[in-house]
Amino acid sequence: MQNNTDFPLLFELSQTGRTGYSLPPLDVPETDTAEAFDSAYIRTEPAALPELSELQIIRHYTALSRRNYGVDSGFYPLGSCTMKYNPKINEDIIRMDGFSHIHPYQDPKTAQGALEVMFDLQEQLKEITGMHDVSLQPAAGAHGEWAGLMMIRALHEKNGETQRTKVIVPDTAHGTNPASATVAGFEAVTVKSNEQGLVDLDDLRRLVGEDTAALMLTNPNTLGLFEKDILEMAEIVHEAGGKLYYDGANLNAIMGYTRPGDMGFDVVHLNLHKTFTGPHGGGGPGSGPVGVSEELAAFLPKPVVRKLDGIVILDEDRPESIGRVKPYYGNFGINVRAYTYIRTMGPEGLKRVSEYAVLNANYMMRRLSEVFELPYTQHCKHEFVLSGRKQKKLGVRTLDIAKRLLDFGYHPPTIYFPLNVEEALMIEPTETEAKETLDSFIDTMLEIAKDAEENPEIVQEAPYTTIVSRMDETTAARKPILRYIPE
Amino acid sequence: MDFRYLPMTEQDKKDMLQTIGVKDTEALFADIPDAVRLKKPLQIKEPRSEGELKAELAALANQNVTMKTHASFLGAGVYDHYIPSIVDHVISRSEFYTAYTPYQPEISQGELQAIFEFQTMIAELTGMDVANSSMYDGGTALAEAATLSAGHTKKKKIIVSEAVHPESRQVIDSYCRGQRLEVVTIPHKDGVTDLEALQEAIDEETASVIVQYPNFFGQVEALADIRTILHTQPKAMMVVSSNPLALGFLTPPGNFGADIVVGDTQVFGIPAQFGGPHCGYFASSSKLMRKLPGRLIGQTKDEEGRRGFVLTLQAREQHIRRDKATSNICSNQALNALASSVAMSALGKQGLAEMAYLNVQKAQYMKKQLEAHGLEVMFQHSFFNEIVIKVNGDIQALQDHLLAQGFIGGYHLGRTDDRLKNHMLVAVTEQRTKEQIDIFVREVAAFHAK
Repeated sequence: MQNNTDFPLLFELSQTGRTGYSLPPLDVPETDTAEAFDSAYIRTEPAALPELSELQIIRHYTALSRRNYGVDSGFYPLGSCTMKYNPKINEDIIRMDGFSHIHPYQDPKTAQGALEVMFDLQEQLKEITGMHDVSLQPAAGAHGEWAGLMMIRALHEKNGETQRTKVIVPDTAHGTNPASATVAGFEAVTVKSNEQGLVDLDDLRRLVGEDTAALMLTNPNTLGLFEKDILEMAEIVHEAGGKLYYDGANLNAIMGYTRPGDMGFDVVHLNLHKTFTGPHGGGGPGSGPVGVSEELAAFLPKPVVRKLDGIVILDEDRPESIGRVKPYYGNFGINVRAYTYIRTMGPEGLKRVSEYAVLNANYMMRRLSEVFELPYTQHCKHEFVLSGRKQKKLGVRTLDIAKRLLDFGYHPPTIYFPLNVEEALMIEPTETEAKETLDSFIDTMLEIAKDAEENPEIVQEAPYTTIVSRMDETTAARKPILRYIPE
Repeated sequence: MDFRYLPMTEQDKKDMLQTIGVKDTEALFADIPDAVRLKKPLQIKEPRSEGELKAELAALANQNVTMKTHASFLGAGVYDHYIPSIVDHVISRSEFYTAYTPYQPEISQGELQAIFEFQTMIAELTGMDVANSSMYDGGTALAEAATLSAGHTKKKKIIVSEAVHPESRQVIDSYCRGQRLEVVTIPHKDGVTDLEALQEAIDEETASVIVQYPNFFGQVEALADIRTILHTQPKAMMVVSSNPLALGFLTPPGNFGADIVVGDTQVFGIPAQFGGPHCGYFASSSKLMRKLPGRLIGQTKDEEGRRGFVLTLQAREQHIRRDKATSNICSNQALNALASSVAMSALGKQGLAEMAYLNVQKAQYMKKQLEAHGLEVMFQHSFFNEIVIKVNGDIQALQDHLLAQGFIGGYHLGRTDDRLKNHMLVAVTEQRTKEQIDIFVREVAAFHAK
């Protein structure tokens, strides 16, 4: 299966008897395992892991890293993902022994330094979101969504309103929103967007009723547009007896300008790996704390961090809690990084983050709209969505544009999302990019658009400079090969 | 004040505002209604310089007792293991840690291939056909296994052994409440799942039986007998939560016909970090391939016929299927899966078996020493690297005493089980020396005898 141009797998580099580890010798008298174990439970065939020397392993992974692209490699305007710079101090802080090598079950009085960070992070997040209380438990955004919806369900059940089975999500919502509604035991129903790209209030009024559990909303929404009728929406949902859920994926646009709590949201989740410099880790780990209004505070997942007489404790005694959503106390390692970032920026810094994220996005949007179709023309927030409809008519699809960007050393924007924009290109520059970077990217996009008109095949057949060309994804899904099998 | 992460200059700002055609940035926020505008600065702490902040946080870190300052005999799901130095060097390469989900395969082959290798190693270790690219942690992976089994069998009863980690059981409860599934807990008998009770509980409504191997008390569950009981209800699935390091020594659950095997790879190259992030794994038989939660990496070819890797079978996932997805998981634990891959590569075929064997031997030695010093070791089944002891006196006082002697003591089982007050779950890994074990045993025995 491997031909000589293929990059080798670890398993193909393996040679029997080669080692890359260092374990101490056995320093206790040896027990006969045949006496201590039933032979049926002693593994007879060792797992076929690779056998390599330390340098071979390092070369392998170094080569793999060079076949990868991160924010440190170049511009990464992946809309909805907030690919901002990941500060290096964050990495230094979490690697301190006192944060890295502590056990979740060690006596809390021996982990006060860690608990203090958790407590203070909770306090800072309460203020940033304007919520009454926060739990750091959920492991990622989708996990926070689910935890938040479970709390809303618990509240309705406590009030005897078990008929509230429907969660309303806009047609522009992230896929996790309807998926989280389902796993929290609700039915997802879709509310339409109007011609301005905002939630259609008439449709919302039509949908709400006695069966409404909640409306899930990202604000600004996934088109990068602020839902300016938010107070009216809150009123419609609250009057119908439903709750308002804030998906914090786009918080990077509004810090210091407005807060979910002030907009009337009852539950909020944050993506600390996005707005608060995670990092993204090639797909995770993330962290998805949830914040709630006073009415919902009793339902927060347990434990919650509390401070009593200067001692920080993990409060497990929460009879109305929705329970535990993950073992231990959340993704502490990511939370420490987020805390470091918040403490680096402070109130003025975080507000400037949002100011510049929005300024960068609007600048790019105006310049790119000269050539690409801009379906929604009002000022955007931290991101915007273009349509490649004009280019599609010339035979160049958005996918082709994305692939052509690879040749210029860029990570492409998010494509084909949100679903209500044809041939969508969703661009989020973030505040950490300099104007020169934005200008170069814009110039490249304009050049690609020109090629789409004059030499479409150049774009259609891209990329040319990457280590592999376009992949056969159809065969990958039809005849899945999900692990290495030796020939 | 200037901020080192923000490159915007006054001139940039002026030029950009002019291009946009507005006077100031306030104009860009004009659609935020006045009624919801924040009229004062956020009441959070003022920023600190890099040096000041490092010093402040180092002071907090230094307040904590760590597994470096003290010898840890604490496990209960999180362990102090050998982490090869190369792990942190690899995951510190920013091409890995500053990337996101590999949506663009042409510039993400590094991440995609590393995770394909992870999937392969997990499948090998567990004896299963396939494994996914990671879950949040072992506890949520187990809960997702429960809901997957219900979805696959169209049945609503989940049977969980009481010898499964108590926090994982609580997470299963939360997830199952979400999907309105019934959770039935089977008691443990002498530290292992009560097979008679299991036989009684299993019925036509059963979606799955969930056990842990080795279980929360360190004991090796009789998977062969559990499989036999499951044969009486052929539709019910066998779900096993396994410490993957133990599978370097123990027969893998796949060999006993498990349908789903999950667990946490914290034991491979991931520091304890106060409980997270760790890294869940999720392995299954091939018949469940199209129902797995989370990302899957598949092998394919590019236009020139070169081997490459892509995210695949995405029709299962939330960004395609939305409310019909098999799970809502999106972000996973990719960087930690990478860390575990590097650790497993370093250990290799020989080292992983050797490390598991060291754990077995040291735990055997510790048990003998404890018994020789008059302590009662509960549950006389085969065990991996944890044992339960019964101690006279207040466990908190014992913990304090051990701490003063330079040890982090075991897990007090009375925390979650009233019947096990005065019982301590003690873990011993390859990191503990004979000398540390001897002193620890002596101190516990002296306290016990008082």
